Amino acid sequence: MLASVLTTNLAILVLAGFIGFVVISKVPNTLHTPLMSGTNAIHGIVLLGGLLLLGFSGLDGLSKALLVIAVAFGTINVVGGFLVTDRMLDMFKSRPKPAKPAEQPAEEQRAEPKDEPGTGEGA
Amino acid sequence: MTSLPLATSFLQAENFIYVLYIVAFALFIQGLRGLSGPTTAVRGNRIAAVGMAIAVVATLLIPSEGNWGLIALGIALGTAVGIPAARNVKMTAMPQMVALFNGVGGGAVALISWVEFRHYGSTYGSLAIPLTNQPVLGDTFHPAIPTYVAIFSVFAAIVGSISFWGSNIAFGKLQEVIPGRPISFGSAQQAVNLVLLILALAAGIDLVAGAHSELLFVGMLVVAALLGNAVVLPIGGADMPVVISLLNAFTGLSAAATGMALNNPALIVAGMIVGASGTILTNLMATAMNRSIPAIVAGGFGGGGAVAGAQGAGEHAGTVRSTSAADAAIQLAYASHVVVVPGYGMAVAQAQHAVRELAIELEKRGVDVKYAIHPVAGRMPGHMNVLLAEADVPYDQLKEMDEINPDFQRTDVSLVIGANDVTNPAAKNTPSSPIYGMPILEVADSRSVIVIKRSMNPGFAGIENELYFDPKTAMLFGDAKSAVAEITAELGQL
Repeated sequence: MLASVLTTNLAILVLAGFIGFVVISKVPNTLHTPLMSGTNAIHGIVLLGGLLLLGFSGLDGLSKALLVIAVAFGTINVVGGFLVTDRMLDMFKSRPKPAKPAEQPAEEQRAEPKDEPGTGEGA
Repeated sequence: MTSLPLATSFLQAENFIYVLYIVAFALFIQGLRGLSGPTTAVRGNRIAAVGMAIAVVATLLIPSEGNWGLIALGIALGTAVGIPAARNVKMTAMPQMVALFNGVGGGAVALISWVEFRHYGSTYGSLAIPLTNQPVLGDTFHPAIPTYVAIFSVFAAIVGSISFWGSNIAFGKLQEVIPGRPISFGSAQQAVNLVLLILALAAGIDLVAGAHSELLFVGMLVVAALLGNAVVLPIGGADMPVVISLLNAFTGLSAAATGMALNNPALIVAGMIVGASGTILTNLMATAMNRSIPAIVAGGFGGGGAVAGAQGAGEHAGTVRSTSAADAAIQLAYASHVVVVPGYGMAVAQAQHAVRELAIELEKRGVDVKYAIHPVAGRMPGHMNVLLAEADVPYDQLKEMDEINPDFQRTDVSLVIGANDVTNPAAKNTPSSPIYGMPILEVADSRSVIVIKRSMNPGFAGIENELYFDPKTAMLFGDAKSAVAEITAELGQL
């Protein structure tokens, strides 16, 4: 029996869906915001689509321009997503002495939160 | 390309690249597993980031890869925008940031589908080759491609475009560039949405069937864009956690569809996992608001709620007792159990550090302080947890709704900071209320309640809160941050 590319990929799709449900179900409410921004970064993987297509021959100017934008968008999604998740998760680590996160490499230096007066309130 | 021939032949072998993709998605899954606890989460995120780096490198190794200058340009642009944005965003602005990142992901999907169509859309509709012969990786597509590729590509285009525009509107609302209140066509809203959806689907089907028209494709993207606008514009601020989760799921699914079209396993797995994650979160949020997802997407909650709320206001002719920071400080100082109930008001006032200082002051006096976190408090799932973590609140003091609700009866003072609907007893007692049935934090069970609020304005749902008219409730009017700071200052003088 020949399994076609389609059915193989469908199998991967379905299995990935189930794995996703199992793994994500274990994430506690506390970490839902980092989960969102982390999965956000992961779907930035569409970047690969842009990179793949840029390798095609015979792309015209418009296609190239669209792909550069797509790659830029995907990169924003990936780089920004992982970085912001890292910043966020860093705060969840229990710190015995506040304001002493010196064990982190330099790229994790967080901008000091700037306090601004509140402007509203809601639910 | 021009590198060493021997190394090239090994590193660029199709199987090697495929294995790298498998390693990449294994790392994604392993990374997400790390998110099951705060102590392993940082490492988990970094593992996923390594997976992403491997996936990108694998793609760049594909022999047909080219246009290096453009690739470098795109990545440089994205990095130049993404890094500063991620580094400088305030924790209170996280929902907007997530919406924006989600939007660009959806936008990338839509653009990629467009280029796919430009490249081989002329063969859509012709089932010329058997499915088994579909080539793997890179620019080796046959003159005609299978119909399913066209279907996934068109699906990705529609969903990606909806996600891009929907996320941008959500960003605009959260950033308050666009009014947070629902904006809609009123009763025609659902009809408009339906027509847009049918138009987009019809265009998609036509394209798959072989209408080789780029104009039609662009038209389909535009209709999907309008649909994205039309769906998110009518949604009120309080429903944002659901919307953001839903759009996250959409982008994930569209990425998976792109993976199916491009025959790329890393895209399929990563996109599908994000789709699953977004779906779970959407369900959780909708359950926590006792609302169905179709009802939220159909919109109209804010509008309908305001009308019912106006009626509700008449029933509560009771008086509201206001208090001062000094009285609140005394009340808190002599309590033994205090539960802080934060809401969106704490986020907009950036009061999380002030709240933490107050808690430290109270703990010095032997008061037990806990935080009650409603699943939909704030504007995205887990919003309050992030803010309190930023202020160094130990996460074991953050209690989820089901865990803390039985404790309210033993609580001396509940300090409600900028939370409204999630504490409204009407959700339990008033069947006519629009939020009836929504699980709430049982703040009304505690011995006394202090509510810090800017004014008597109802929350985003536009519903009067019975809690404020309860005789044991005292209102402290003012900006959350300054009010909390005043209480802390008064405590110091006791």
